Amino acid sequence: MHFTINGTKYDADPDIRTSLLDLLREHLGLTGSKKGCDHGQCGACTVLVNGRRINSCLTLAVMHQDDEITTIEGIGTPDNLAPLQSAFVRHDGFQCGYCTPGQICSATGMLDEAKKGWPSHVSESLDGDIALSDEEIRERMSGNLCRCSAYPNIVDAIREIAGEDA
Amino acid sequence: MADQELPTRERISVLDRAVQRVLGQPIDRTDGPAKVTGDARYAFEMAAKDALYGHILTVQIGAGTIRSIDATAARTAPGVVAVLIDDDRLPADAVNSFDKPKSWRLGREIEFFGQGFGVVVATSAEAARAAAALVKVDYAPRTGRFDPDLSKPEEHEPEGLRPAVHTGDFDAAFDGAAYRYDAVFTTPIHFPAAMEPQATLARWEDDRLILHSSLQSTGGATKAIARALDIKADRIRVIAPFVGGGFGGKTSVGAEAIYAAIAAKETGHPVKIVQTRRQTAHLAHHRAPTRQRVRIATDAEGHIRAFGHNSVIAQRHDRWFIEPVHIGTTHLYAGAARSMGVDVVRANHPTSGAVRSPGEACGTLAIEVAMDEAAEALGLDPIEFRRRNEPGASPVDGKPFGTRKLVECYDEGARRFGWDRRNPVPASVREGDWLIGTGMAAAIRSNITVEARANITLHPDGSALVETDMTDIGTGTYTILMQVVAEALGLSPDKVRVAIGDSTLPRSAGSGGSFGASSSSSAAALACQDIARTLAARMGVDAGDMTLQEGHAIAANRRVPLTELLAGEAVRADGHAKPGDHTNAHVSASYGAHFAEVAVSATTGEVRVRRMTGVFDIGRVLNEKTARSQILGGMIWGIGSVLHEDGMIDARTGQFTNPDFGEYHIATHADSPPIDIHFIEAVDDLANEAGAKGVGELGNSGAGAAVANAIYNATGIRIHDYPITLDKLIDALPED
Ligand code: FES
Ligand code: FES
Repeated sequence: MHFTINGTKYDADPDIRTSLLDLLREHLGLTGSKKGCDHGQCGACTVLVNGRRINSCLTLAVMHQDDEITTIEGIGTPDNLAPLQSAFVRHDGFQCGYCTPGQICSATGMLDEAKKGWPSHVSESLDGDIALSDEEIRERMSGNLCRCSAYPNIVDAIREIAGEDA
Repeated sequence: MADQELPTRERISVLDRAVQRVLGQPIDRTDGPAKVTGDARYAFEMAAKDALYGHILTVQIGAGTIRSIDATAARTAPGVVAVLIDDDRLPADAVNSFDKPKSWRLGREIEFFGQGFGVVVATSAEAARAAAALVKVDYAPRTGRFDPDLSKPEEHEPEGLRPAVHTGDFDAAFDGAAYRYDAVFTTPIHFPAAMEPQATLARWEDDRLILHSSLQSTGGATKAIARALDIKADRIRVIAPFVGGGFGGKTSVGAEAIYAAIAAKETGHPVKIVQTRRQTAHLAHHRAPTRQRVRIATDAEGHIRAFGHNSVIAQRHDRWFIEPVHIGTTHLYAGAARSMGVDVVRANHPTSGAVRSPGEACGTLAIEVAMDEAAEALGLDPIEFRRRNEPGASPVDGKPFGTRKLVECYDEGARRFGWDRRNPVPASVREGDWLIGTGMAAAIRSNITVEARANITLHPDGSALVETDMTDIGTGTYTILMQVVAEALGLSPDKVRVAIGDSTLPRSAGSGGSFGASSSSSAAALACQDIARTLAARMGVDAGDMTLQEGHAIAANRRVPLTELLAGEAVRADGHAKPGDHTNAHVSASYGAHFAEVAVSATTGEVRVRRMTGVFDIGRVLNEKTARSQILGGMIWGIGSVLHEDGMIDARTGQFTNPDFGEYHIATHADSPPIDIHFIEAVDDLANEAGAKGVGELGNSGAGAAVANAIYNATGIRIHDYPITLDKLIDALPED
């Protein structure tokens, strides 16, 4: 099978039981995506599939032959950090770093959802523009757990980037 | 001042005299770029050719025996290379260096649900997991002690981490007091729940074992591994440059590490094993459930005469660790008569052990609420009550304190939070459907001095390398050690390289008990002191008359580049920090004050924490940014422990009913309010050479109690049975 990940084509022949997360981590050496629970409960495995954030532990690799997949490795590199990544560093939006790739992929997807006007549980109205208040950011990011509890710093980092985008 | 009579440590003149202005600064983590890009590799992510995957088999009853195991189908399943069962070498759960590793063999009693009994090894994780499901076990279950009655202790104050405290005639002092407070609190099981589950890649090179493992210590772990495998510790190398959180749960060596080592030996391949999220709840330790009786007796003016903090906790059989519930209470408030200790009930539960802020995390949930209740009954502001009972020296034995800025923390916290605007009358502030309240609590975390070593090499090009087997579990070790060395040797941050997370490096105490940063920094500072002496000798001056700055030695009106002084040769020094005579001659702790504002829904009882303020005394602040983050994380743990976290064991089967993130709720983004954090910095010369005290566990001490007190102020309801979930509030909510 062929997979398109971060714009690069990969050949792989995964077991039909292999999750997208295990394809990345165990078959392709893309270990940036993390496994915290393997059950869709923590968000550490968040990647973007065709621009939308998903828990890669909850989907099978064989379902994604024709998709554009973006992982943390495709967002930036240590020598060339994406703005959101450097904002995480500046605001200390992590400690152990294990939830961090998921937080960053999730925030990337989330910023796009907000830009498209998708409402959340705390949005005042179901249509119209979304102003990303801290409350909106917290609500929209709550699928990404961080046991180090860097949450306020993560919100600071996302707010800074959301502000620049607006 | 009492502390001036004590011999202090050798002053680290290199830090006192330093002018590089790196130490203490809020410098970005040096491992940040690796972590935000996925470049940082954790244990399970190390490359290993032809690695096999193991899946741990766990027992599915809580007590009883196993009649037989049939692994025939598993052994012949596709991809399976080996099935190891009924093997003395396989421990039931995590191993440490103080408890005897316990294995399980056919016919022996099962001690707790979820204990390990074997491992399936296969060419893929999928194959191993599928084959594990084919192992047939014939159980003979019996009813175990799944629901221990903590009101009926069996072992009275057994020896543990913290001795019991009995001073004065407690009963007489209590009975004769003008005001008496006596109440019982319960706290549930808490999981450490690090985001990275316990994981190991094991491989052998001849008779040398190499483990990439998710552990809080590397060198320290080799001892426990050696014992479990019955090999020499010097044959073992543990590598852990990145660890996805620990919180105490990775102070012992995960069962998967031992299983992987054995499986790798048997199969001749590297073997990778990760515990499933649900397995971590059983195979790693949890914080014990507690029942705490708090008694406070005062005179009419609110001066404490007797303080009682007597607890009962649950632990499984043959485990040494006893949750030290009164560890913080011991020296926190005045009161000549003291009765503090921990009794034990044995249970068929997984092992309980040290989880972030052992003792204080659960202890403060009781005593800091008790203090609030007592203050109200006495008609005193809770800060004033604490101020009246601030001891000048240890209330237990009169030993002097190290730096103790607790009263300053109350005052500064009150000022920043706006405590003077508080309405002390419960249930009197309302915004629409929300009842608003504020509360405060003290924070305390005993500071422990431990032995640690670090080597420093100053290379001829003027760059430095610091080496120690410490870990960085999110605590900032990479960055802090860089700062200490850059400061002490007058180097810019990019000139210092930090090598940690490998047991072949000089031995530290690892990360745990909040002693990691201060002890390894002390060792590094001592080594720098040695190097500075060598450089000073080359300058022909005393080290005390020399300044190191920007890669130059400055003394006697000369400014000489280090590269010139080094003349093509590296200078190397070993630093060895350890407790001294004065360590036991004084009482060392970190302190703080928490303030919280909550909104409680008048309809549903839902609690929202709206903001918090925390002010802390942690001695020298090594990095203002990472220290703040540690505290922030701890305070949010406090929110989780008071509102959500509740590890539940099914009384019929002994299994955890909620051993994963879907059911065991930790705080999320939505639960985490803006938090204002401030440090009152006072270098503590008695604590250690770096003058720094523990920070990683302090934020978690008292934060939950501040929220509980705020809930009372909002609603007039006291809940002593944690966590404070809405079902406990809803029936008692005030009518409007
Ligand atoms: S690993 Fe996928 S959500 Fe936790
Ligand atoms: S940084 Fe450790 S879990 Fe988020």
